[in-house]
Amino acid sequence: MSPRAESAPAPAGHRAATGEVLLEVRDLVKHFTVGGGMFGGRAGTVRAVDGVSFTLRRGETLGLVGESGCGKTTTGRCILQLERPTSGQVMFEGRELGTLSDADLRSMRRRMQVIFQDPYASLNPRMTVGQILAEPLAVHGVVPDRQRRRERVRDLLSRVGLLPQHADRYPHQLSGGQRQRVGIARALAVEPSLIVCDEPVSALDVSIQAQIINLLEDLQSEFGLTYLFIAHDLAVVRHISDRVAVMYLGKMVEIADRRELYDSPLHPYTKALLAAVPIPDPVLEAQRVHSVLVGEVPSPLNPPSGCVFHPRCPIAIDRCRGEVPPLREVMPGHWAACLLA
Amino acid sequence: MGKLLEVKNLQTHFLTRGGVVRAVDGVSWDVEEGETVALVGESGCGKSVTALSIMRLVAPPAGRIVGGQVIFKGRDLLTLGEEEMRRVRGREIGMIFQEPMTSLNPVLTIGRQLTEGLEIHLGMSGDDAKRRAAELLGMVGIPDPARRLGQYPHQFSGGMRQRMMIAMALACDPALVLADEPTTALDVTIQAQILELMKDLARRLGVAMLIITHNLGVVARYADRVNVMYAGRIIERGTARELYGRPRHPYTLGLLRSVPRLDEPRRARLAPIEGQPPDLTRLPPGCAFAPRCAFVVERCGREAPPLAAVGDGDHVSACWESARLQREHEPAR
Repeated sequence: MSPRAESAPAPAGHRAATGEVLLEVRDLVKHFTVGGGMFGGRAGTVRAVDGVSFTLRRGETLGLVGESGCGKTTTGRCILQLERPTSGQVMFEGRELGTLSDADLRSMRRRMQVIFQDPYASLNPRMTVGQILAEPLAVHGVVPDRQRRRERVRDLLSRVGLLPQHADRYPHQLSGGQRQRVGIARALAVEPSLIVCDEPVSALDVSIQAQIINLLEDLQSEFGLTYLFIAHDLAVVRHISDRVAVMYLGKMVEIADRRELYDSPLHPYTKALLAAVPIPDPVLEAQRVHSVLVGEVPSPLNPPSGCVFHPRCPIAIDRCRGEVPPLREVMPGHWAACLLA
Repeated sequence: MGKLLEVKNLQTHFLTRGGVVRAVDGVSWDVEEGETVALVGESGCGKSVTALSIMRLVAPPAGRIVGGQVIFKGRDLLTLGEEEMRRVRGREIGMIFQEPMTSLNPVLTIGRQLTEGLEIHLGMSGDDAKRRAAELLGMVGIPDPARRLGQYPHQFSGGMRQRMMIAMALACDPALVLADEPTTALDVTIQAQILELMKDLARRLGVAMLIITHNLGVVARYADRVNVMYAGRIIERGTARELYGRPRHPYTLGLLRSVPRLDEPRRARLAPIEGQPPDLTRLPPGCAFAPRCAFVVERCGREAPPLAAVGDGDHVSACWESARLQREHEPAR
């Protein structure tokens, strides 16, 4: 069994997902081989993503959280077919992406776009904003006519809160927030149904983050977009997501409706993550008990036996060392991979 | 308690192609002995340049400290000779940076990097320095310190490297530690470990801390007093409780309101600060925050407001409209 959307409760909030499954990820595995190179190191396998399954319904936002190296970004890249999964399936709009020809995959790419953390690194510095936005329209044949393309670029700029004159600027002439708006406009240009947002606000200043989050929410309700929102900031993820999945060392350890996950987390790792987030209020902080999670994330080259979290887990028992806990539905729509949940 | 560090009207400018950038534009603040003070602000507000100026590490010829005083233990650091200044750095004032990998020497062992300072600054013998180095690693929670001394920075994880930086900063028993975004590059569970460690050590060793960060949560957990910077100036200062509980500057209020919080019910919509961060080469006359400010009045475009007392204790804010802000936004708690 995998946590299918059918068994999950309808997401709370104003954005009602229609229930139709847009994306289904089944037993996704991505291993990387490392070492054995010119320095003669021992070859090994990094289990970046190790059997991840979830579904995403049209109009929904699924938050994917975890610390660096947990596999959340690799999961996103496998969905976009920027990495070829080692095994497992990615079903998108009813088609299995792994079986598509290159040409079919290219046309499918129009339907799923990505917004990166660092818009500066993902925008061509030699192209004007207008050229950056016109390029996908031409390449994918969305707007073949040159004059119409110019109009469409102007329209895209206004949708993301930029001005027509920004079309003539270069990326370095924009602020970080404006560059991220360009990155969003570029993703929107080809009218996708799914956007993978990979840490879209974590490089931005605090005062700008909220602007971009509001923009993403507005665009979602305007165009019926579906988001996979990958981030490490748990407060931001709670704000924007309908459902939230937590990853640790390549495994999904918990997935639930946003409210469920934040109000009644089941997995000890989720609990530890939530407890570690500092709250911007000195009075509350002084009252909080800071039970700090000990140790660090083990190497994905050599993950622990049994439950990968057991060496750091405050409630681990003997069984956790030997038994891999399955992701099971502990409560309706609330899945956790913990023997003790 | 007496004042350990007193920064008076510090001004640091950078010469760029776009013109003179007044990165630090006349800031004054202080740190008392054993106290933890925060400098908070967003990128480009001048918080890191302030710290570099204190240590006289602003890179010439582009960067120059053009005015002010940095009184540390009664001496003005800006008038010291380079030789004397070297004795202050690392010995009397320790430093912790955001990215330990770039501030540690990759080809020297952990042990050598720790003992170097002990031998130079404290004149320890090689054996004494080694013993002290192992003790320091143990103090910052690095297991098996004797073996770890022989390893290189790349053999340490990010969290371990930051512990190592803390050990180096504390090695010579400084009176003050400057920590510039000490946990920004770390994951949240490791960040929590490092913050607890720093807090515990600061209290136990009685060392004063200046923590520079953009993270309002870290400041709330950590600092006794807070200075908020915007466009090279301090725009509000107070005890952490005063400043978070009763912000009196529209920028501070805006920052606190724009972040989603786990301790509060989820809001339908976030309340951002509108507009773009200031372009330091083209600051408006008057208050630099005026173009983004919800409380702006005509005077703000002409005259930059000075820091003025707004409440209990030493709470100050640089806003012409702080009284109106207080009337309209006195929080219910």
